Amino acid sequence: MKYSQWMDGTGPDADIVLSCRVRLARNLLATPFPHRMDDGQAQTMLARVEEAVHHLETGWHLTFSRLSNLTPITRQVLVEKHLVSPLLAQDPIRYEAVAIDDRESISIMINEEDHLRIQVVLPGLQLNECWKVANQLDDAMEQYLDFAFDPKSGYITACPTNIGTAMRASVMIHLPALVLTHQASQVFTTLAQLGMVVRGLYGEGSEALGNIFQISNQVSLGLSEEEFIHNLTVVTQQIVGRERHARQHLLQNAGTALADRVGRAWGLLTHARIMSSEEALRLLSEVKLGADLGLIEAPNAATYAQLIVATRPGFLQVEAGRELNPVERDQLRADYLRRLLGEQNRV
Amino acid sequence: MSHDGDEAQSKNLLCQRCNQKPALVHFSKVVNGEKTDRYLCEDCAKEEGAYHFMLGPQFTVQHVLGGLIGQEPLGSQRSETSTKRCPHCGYTYQRFAESGRLGCDYCYQTFAPELEPLVRRLHGSVDHHGKVPVRGGRQWIQQQNLANLRMQMKKAVEREAFEEAAKLRDEIRQLEAGMESDRGNDHEI
Repeated sequence: MKYSQWMDGTGPDADIVLSCRVRLARNLLATPFPHRMDDGQAQTMLARVEEAVHHLETGWHLTFSRLSNLTPITRQVLVEKHLVSPLLAQDPIRYEAVAIDDRESISIMINEEDHLRIQVVLPGLQLNECWKVANQLDDAMEQYLDFAFDPKSGYITACPTNIGTAMRASVMIHLPALVLTHQASQVFTTLAQLGMVVRGLYGEGSEALGNIFQISNQVSLGLSEEEFIHNLTVVTQQIVGRERHARQHLLQNAGTALADRVGRAWGLLTHARIMSSEEALRLLSEVKLGADLGLIEAPNAATYAQLIVATRPGFLQVEAGRELNPVERDQLRADYLRRLLGEQNRV
Repeated sequence: MSHDGDEAQSKNLLCQRCNQKPALVHFSKVVNGEKTDRYLCEDCAKEEGAYHFMLGPQFTVQHVLGGLIGQEPLGSQRSETSTKRCPHCGYTYQRFAESGRLGCDYCYQTFAPELEPLVRRLHGSVDHHGKVPVRGGRQWIQQQNLANLRMQMKKAVEREAFEEAAKLRDEIRQLEAGMESDRGNDHEI
């Protein structure tokens, strides 16, 4: 099974910032938003966008797929890889589509809440680079499509919370030490005051599993894209600094307890026979913290982000080549983790 | 699950967990028909995760937005607003208040008076300072340039720099002619 580029564990501050993303919403001029289109309008719109994607220079390496042509498990894997949003993959799917590049770094979601959502995800903290690529792709798409834009209000979106730049920049960040030292909620309260939102691993409504949080700009109007990105980058760097500080504090003041936790997590991951997806995320978080602090050797078979995605239900079922019930999944997950992590011990 | 601070407080209970602070949160769980009650103080409730249910997916942007929209606009315009309809897509303000989403790009013009205070509240601003589409924004950029040149020409006249003003006037005429022919092309498309 293929891993996406954003999971390769490279990039600035990649030990703490798993990935960063920029998403631009675009809508076609004089066309009802997706939730208001009738069948005819939806078909026309989809055909226009498909044509535009095919017109793009071959340099973008995009593959266009209608979601209705993909199996439910394939759709689920796309959500687990953060290439499509849970909303797009959700039934009923009729006119939803996605164009994904061969490195799985770029995706264009079609007929989600807005007509187009252009998204670029990269590993580590490099939001500027994400914006650069998204901006270029937006320019390229605009050669073929007329986007709804108003000089005063900016890009027009289905929901007024997104108008203006229509940009959402976000980072996926691993904060085990801030959670352990009970500082996370205070940090998040401060973020809210700065117009930023904190969500769980899989976006709106999802819990913060495995100490992984998504931080994004709430406001999209009034500043330029570069300014929004600069603000989020600076704030993220500060959180990274606090997380590093908290880690050192734990190491110095509770080193044995921390090593014990990490060792226990490693023991379970390398010996358990049944493992739920939630337990795997929790234990992987502790092992990652231990590896970052040099308490154990880092797993070399896969990066942290790869391990997280590889133990999600959809990915496991693709690996197994068939549908699995939850009990089978938990067993296969345990087998998979033992194989990926356990081999290291035998070397 | 219920979250009923008044009830717990009225019984003057101490937190069942720390036995120190007053119990302000009544947390009842029903598992397989068996009900268990917990009376906790705010801090212990947070630590036990009693607040988790409050972060459920039902608390979405759309719901919060619905609340904000419900307050707009104030006073007498209200009844007029709720029957207003977008001439392009037929969407009503009432539907927007329910769904948090508009019907089409034209709705923003139709409901502009109602949307402006809402947008200001959401973003703290109503003016876009970001990207302008390359092709779609060309006309707008030209208008901006035109306004700039007119301003410069006016200043030049005030300074009695007539030669400069004449040059600017020619530039303005050229730009206006260009915009006219652009508009002609757009119609052909």
